[in-house]
Order: sequence, then C-alpha cells, then structure tokens
Amino acid sequence: MLHLTYLIILLPLVGFGVQLVAGRRLGDPAAGVVATGFIGASFLVSIGVYLALLQVNAPVRTYSQDLWTWIPVDQLQVHAGLFVDPLSMTMVLFITGISTLIHLYSIGYMKGDKDYPKFFLYMNLFVASMLILVLGSNLLVTFVGWEGVGTCSYWLVSFWFTRDSAASAGKKAFVYNRIGDVGFLLAIFLVFINVHSLEYSTIFANLDKISSGTITAICLLLLVGVMGKSAQIPLFPWLADAMEGPTPVSALIHAATMVTAGVYLLCRINPLLHASPTAALTIAIVGAATAFMAATIACAQQDIKKVLAYSTVSQLGYMFLAIGCGAYTAAIFLMVAHAFFKGLLFLGAGSVIHGLHDEQDLKRMGNLRAYMPITFITFAIGWLCIAAVPPFSGFWAKGDVLDNTWAAHPALWVVGIITAAMTAYYMSRLTGLAFFGKDRWADDDNHVELDAAHAHHGDGATSEPHESPWIMTVPLWILAFFAAIAGVMALSGSRFSLASWVDPVFGTNLFNPELSSAAMWTLAIVDGTVAVVFVCIGVVLWTKRSERPGLEVAFLRRSWYINELYDTLFGRPSTRFAAFCADVIDPKVIDGAVNGIAGAFRGSGSLLRRTQTGYVRNYVLGITLGTVLVLGFMLTRMWWG
Amino acid sequence: MSINPAWYLSLSIVLFAIGALGVLVRRNVLIMFMCVELMLNASNLAFVTFARTLHDIGGQVLVFFVLVVAAAEVVVGLGIVVAIFRRRANADADDLHLMKG
Repeated sequence: MLHLTYLIILLPLVGFGVQLVAGRRLGDPAAGVVATGFIGASFLVSIGVYLALLQVNAPVRTYSQDLWTWIPVDQLQVHAGLFVDPLSMTMVLFITGISTLIHLYSIGYMKGDKDYPKFFLYMNLFVASMLILVLGSNLLVTFVGWEGVGTCSYWLVSFWFTRDSAASAGKKAFVYNRIGDVGFLLAIFLVFINVHSLEYSTIFANLDKISSGTITAICLLLLVGVMGKSAQIPLFPWLADAMEGPTPVSALIHAATMVTAGVYLLCRINPLLHASPTAALTIAIVGAATAFMAATIACAQQDIKKVLAYSTVSQLGYMFLAIGCGAYTAAIFLMVAHAFFKGLLFLGAGSVIHGLHDEQDLKRMGNLRAYMPITFITFAIGWLCIAAVPPFSGFWAKGDVLDNTWAAHPALWVVGIITAAMTAYYMSRLTGLAFFGKDRWADDDNHVELDAAHAHHGDGATSEPHESPWIMTVPLWILAFFAAIAGVMALSGSRFSLASWVDPVFGTNLFNPELSSAAMWTLAIVDGTVAVVFVCIGVVLWTKRSERPGLEVAFLRRSWYINELYDTLFGRPSTRFAAFCADVIDPKVIDGAVNGIAGAFRGSGSLLRRTQTGYVRNYVLGITLGTVLVLGFMLTRMWWG
Repeated sequence: MSINPAWYLSLSIVLFAIGALGVLVRRNVLIMFMCVELMLNASNLAFVTFARTLHDIGGQVLVFFVLVVAAAEVVVGLGIVVAIFRRRANADADDLHLMKG
C-alpha cells in the first residue's frame, strides 16, 4: 500500500483536471459531487497508506518514493520525491479528511453560485498543492506546493472578484506571501551552498558541516517565509482580509490547512532548530507576541469571520510558541485539534451567514439558537474547544503548549495564559452575540454598514433565519465529534497517542520531562480555571447586551492601526515612488534614451544620404579610389613590410 | 623568338586605364558598357601573360571564366541598354539618377 503514496496527490490533481475539462458541463451540483469524490478517494488512500505505515516497525517508520529526477544539473540533483513519516502522515490524514468534509459542505454552501464549478476546480488544485507541500521529500518540492497553495489562496480569496474588496484582499494575501517567499528562497539557496543538496534527509545528516551561524541564518530566513504563510507578526494583516473569500475557503485554507503549512515546515526542519537556540527563541517570541496581539484584536471585531480570522492568527501564534520551546509534538497536537475546531467554527459561521442571507455583522444576529439548533450545538462545541474548557480537545492541546512554555520560558507563559483568557472571552462574546440575546437581525436602527456588500446569493435580508440543509450539517456533526474527542491523542500509552506516534520524528515527548507531576497538575488547574472564568465573564457580558463601547475601543477595532502603519511606512512611499517613476523617470530617462537613439540614427542618416548622388560616375569613382587605396596599401606593405 | 612579357602587361595596363577612364568620364551608357568590356579583356590579357610566363594553366582557365561571365553580363547589360533606349531619346547615364538618396 505504501507504494500508492503518489495516488494521494494524483487523485485531487485528476479531480482538478476533470473540473478543468468538464466542470462547466457537470454544473451544479454534479461538479461538486465529483470534486468531493476525488478528495474522498484521496482520503481513503491516505488511510491505507497510514495502516501500511503502522506495519513498519517502530523506530524507522518512514517511506520514501522517488518518482523521477526533476532537475539534474551537475551538483543540483532535485528529485520529485515523496517522503512519508509519522509527521507528514498526520498532516496528510487531517488535510484529506477535513478537505473531504469541507468539499461536502461546499456542495450546499456554494449552491446557486454562477462560478460553482470553478470553485471546486480551485479547491481540488489547492488540496493537491497542499499534499505536495507536506509530502515533498526536499525543500524544492515543498516550495512547489507552498507556491501552489499560495496561488490557490489568491484565486479563492478573490473568488467574488467583481467586488472590489475581494479583489484587493486577494492581492494583499498574494503580496504578503510573496514577501515571505523571498525568505524561503534565500534559505533554500543558503542550504544548497552549504550542503549541495535539498533533500531533508541529506540536510539533517550533514548538519555538522554547517556553521552554527549559518544554521541560525537559515532558520531565520525560513521564519520569514513561514511568517508570511502562517500570518505571524509582522506579516499577519492579510489573513483578516482573506475572509473576503467564501466561508468554506476560510475554513479549509485560512484555518485548517494552508496557514498551518508554516508550522509544518518548522517541525519538518526541527533538527536545524535544535542546533540554533537563537532561532528557536526568536520563533517563541514572535509566536507569543502574535498570539497576544491577535487575541486583543479579536476581542473587538464585529464581523463574525474577522473574529475567527484573528483567533486563527492567535492560535497559530501558540503553535509557533510551542515550536520555539522545542515542543513540536504539542505544536502538531494543537494544529490537528485546531484544524478540527476552527474548521468547525468557520463552517458554523458559514452556516449562520447562509441562514441569515449573507449577514456577517455580529450585531445583526442574536438568538440564533432558536432558529438554527444544529448549528448552535455544533458551534458551541467548537466554542468550548477553542476556549480550552476541560475536557474538550482545546484544553489538552493548549495545556500542553503552555506546560512546555512554562518549562522553557516562564515569561512567555504569562503572555500565553493571558492570551488563553482573552481567547475564552472573545469566543464567548462571539457566541453570545450570535446565538443568545434578542433577535437583532430584523432591526434596522443598530445596523452598522460593513465594508463589503455581501450579496452573492441573497434573496431579501429580512426573511427569517433558517437551518442549513443536511449536506452542510453533516460535516458540522463530524467535525464537532472529532473536535470534542481529539483530546484522547494526549493520553500517553493509548492507541491514539500522538506523542508515541510522532516520537521518531522529533525525539521529544508531548509533556516536558523537566516538569514534575505536581507542577503539571497545578498548570492544568490554572488553565482550566482561567478558561471557565473567562467563558463566564464573556457570556455574562455579551448575552444580554450587544453594545459595550467601552470594551470595543477603536484601537482594537482597527487592529492596532497596523494597516494604517504599513500604509504610511510602505504603501504611500511606494505610491510616491511609483508616481515619481511615472512622471519623471519614464518621460525623461526612458523616453529620452529611446528618442535620443532614434534621433542619432536620423541625424547620421541625413548626413550619409548626401553620398548617394544617383550618378553612376560618382560611384565608379568611389570604386576606383577604393581599389587604388587598397592596392597602394598592399604595395607599401610589399616594399616596406 | 619570344616577346618580353612586360610588353603584354604594359598593353594590359594601358587598355585597363582607357577602360576605367571611359567609365569615369563618358556619359553614354553604351560607351560605358564597352569600356567595362575593355577592362575585362585587359585583365584577360594579363591573366594569359602570367599563365604563359609562370607555366600555370590556372590563368588561362580563369580567362574562360571571365569570358563566360562577360558574355552573360553582355546579355543582361545590353538588354537594359535597349530598354533605356526604348523609354528615352538618349542613354545619358546622368539622367538616370532616380536612386538619388
């Protein structure tokens, strides 16, 4: 079964080809069903490969598949190779699994969209790229997938590109990712100069040949790359704007899979991070700062998807914090749990938006639990998970991150626990505003106009909210189930233990061995208490009232004025520079050079045309004189040479 | 008895100079044409002279080439001259300066 690994990537790719050729003909909903089928098949193959990998004896548990030599140039031998180990297998399983559910959900969510087949075309290509990213056996194959998911993200964010905000959000995502990619590329070059190979296994085997300064440089350059993809400070603002895309896209790409690619990459290169404490500390600080900052912003957002977007940024910050503390297993655990509960929350939000006919303003929701019971129950599970209320998965996942942080950097643990409190608070605020309180979706007096006119399939905004069809609620149930029970992966010794599964990759445990069990119990109780207390605070504050201006200060609503800052620092100077180029450099320098060359040829031509008299005798004279000159030259050479 | 080859070469030079001068100073296309022929044959004479003096058959072979080329040239050239005479009263080369730059 292991040799069928390539099928995991090939199936979504074939699905993409089918959509490309026959998507329009299949139409709504056949195109979606076909696309879901291909992703589902890929998931089944993944399970098969997983079972086969379990048969391989414990410490090795890797399988490489060399498909073909992609770039054979002297020393640069790049293979199109796949590498299966517990880490990539974990990624593949949850990527294909969640993709299948979200594709299924999209069949219902995208119903009636005029570009229905195109949506699934992009989605299939995205899944294929994401799988290339995680299965690549060297940095360059990973980079191909990296760029592939970035491109699909761009297409899907600006899916409703006739809306100006969606088009520019796509561009923003693309540009921010490009900035990060420069770092990634430079890191690849640096690795190649030092190791003469891009294969992960070769790099790790030759670590002692690289100086420690170079390793730090490689790690920091890769950090720049993953900052872009995983939306960390300073490259995070694009993720909030990326919410312009359809909600299943936000769930799949901007919560569950693509944005975790950075976390995956850092885990993949963990031997390099082991060798560079400086880089690890930088990652931990970036992660903690991002987690804190994004959580504060999420406390004051009014668009349901923006809250979830900043929450995603914050959770990604947690994963970075864990990686920086050397707790890769905890990072992967949180990533998987987060994929379940954040995917669930986004799909729940999508269900709400669908039910309210494209209303995303939290202040225009309220009391939806009466109208959308299934969405409410599943969303509530997601809410308790992310708020880290025991015994849901978030409690275990976040608890492991915080334990390891406590052991490594107690100062960052303080930031982490404050962020955890804010997470519990803002998610309760969101749930309170959306599902409790009075029905506000019919009021017009407190209607706050959002940036975008969300009107892709609206049919009158005042009709009563309705529960979503089964094709959308089934994925909600499944995700809710896994989000609730994903905590079992934390149980050491159980069959589902994540730690003993990925142990061959990291050589570290989920729990930090330096912590005594008393300390661990204390930390767990602190985590749990903080979560429960702040959930209560959020619920008390936001179920009865929907307006508390004191808690929604402009500084947080405008996300620390970060967009304005970037606009002042980079946007406006670039605009001025572009204007300077257009007004001065283009007409003066470039046009001057072009016109100058043309003028020089015209001038010399009008001088030379005087020699063309049209009289044969003049030409003959020229020939004769020329002959005499040449002969004379030859004769002088003969006499004096 | 043999004549000194210098005489033949001198004759060749004189003929060539007459031809070149003719092309330069005359305006009638037909005369210019004849002068070109004169130059060609002057060079033929020089070739033959050198072939005899140096006992190299190559010079004589080259003469045949020149003759053949000259014959071809006469066909084309006279054709052009006839065409000119058909279009205008005289064949003054200076009147034909349409290619003036």
